[in-house]
Amino acid sequence: MQYLKFLILGLLLGIVMTKAEIISWFRIYEMFRFESFHMYGVIGTAIILGIILMQFTLKKQIRDITGKPIIIHSKNMSISRYLIGGIIFGLGWALSGACPGPMFILLGTGYSSVLLVILGAILGTFVYGIMRNKLPH
Amino acid sequence: MDFLFEPWPWYMAGTFIAIIMFSLIYFGENFGLSNNLRTICSAIGGGKYSDFFKIDWKKQKWNLILIIGTIIGGFLASTFLNNQQPIQLNPKTISSLQDLGFQEPGKHYLPHELFNISSHFSFKKLFILIMSGFFVGFGARYAGGCTSGHAISGLSHLQVPSLIAVIGFFIGGLIMTHIFIPIIF
Repeated sequence: MQYLKFLILGLLLGIVMTKAEIISWFRIYEMFRFESFHMYGVIGTAIILGIILMQFTLKKQIRDITGKPIIIHSKNMSISRYLIGGIIFGLGWALSGACPGPMFILLGTGYSSVLLVILGAILGTFVYGIMRNKLPH
Repeated sequence: MDFLFEPWPWYMAGTFIAIIMFSLIYFGENFGLSNNLRTICSAIGGGKYSDFFKIDWKKQKWNLILIIGTIIGGFLASTFLNNQQPIQLNPKTISSLQDLGFQEPGKHYLPHELFNISSHFSFKKLFILIMSGFFVGFGARYAGGCTSGHAISGLSHLQVPSLIAVIGFFIGGLIMTHIFIPIIF
């Protein structure tokens, strides 16, 4: 039962991403051509609302469900890691039209061929795990 | 109730995504969907090959349940909340895709020229689909997160590393869309 809330949140996320066409390859292509506000609106709204929610939470020192105070874990600073990793991710995102959430949601909409994208993504993660000590971070 | 069947506007989607992210934080977890790929690698025995996969993957079970939820959500929305209308793309986007040989851009969620491999199989498509996924998986782990972890959560938490990663996402995306896609198709 402790996992039911995550199933419901996932269900909601899948419905929203499908209904707002965020899972569409065409919407990603359109975004990278700067020919529609749609995707920028989705991401922008989420970030602005996210900033407001987080700042309010920190100010009011709201605790999570387990009683621990909610804090922001700062990420380690680096340029190469985020920039190079980000560029590689972006190349794959624009070509497949799917980031790691939508590739699963698309399975639900009936595209079995996205299994190949998922397989590639698992393989890419695996190869990173093996190579990571040789890469600049 | 008609609006349920129409495409949902960006402000509604953005609001829901922020609420889902915040709910996960409230439940003591974090919004980061590409972590599931690492969890899967770990669950299928990746720890034998790299310490990176020697993690207690069962602690990430909630995230796998979340992703199963999204698959069901995708099924429900596309089956019961679908008005079968094409996606309202910018006419410029449509004509640029038609120039590249794509038929009926926006008629489905995905271009059948790339994703329909059952009736029109080619090794080129197979290679593109696997390679594009490979870049997504490799890049997400190298950068330490994807669209959900860096763009949505990271920027909401005002993290500079996430901003660098998102700039990277866009550099890569722009190179692919404007230089490589016209060559590939």
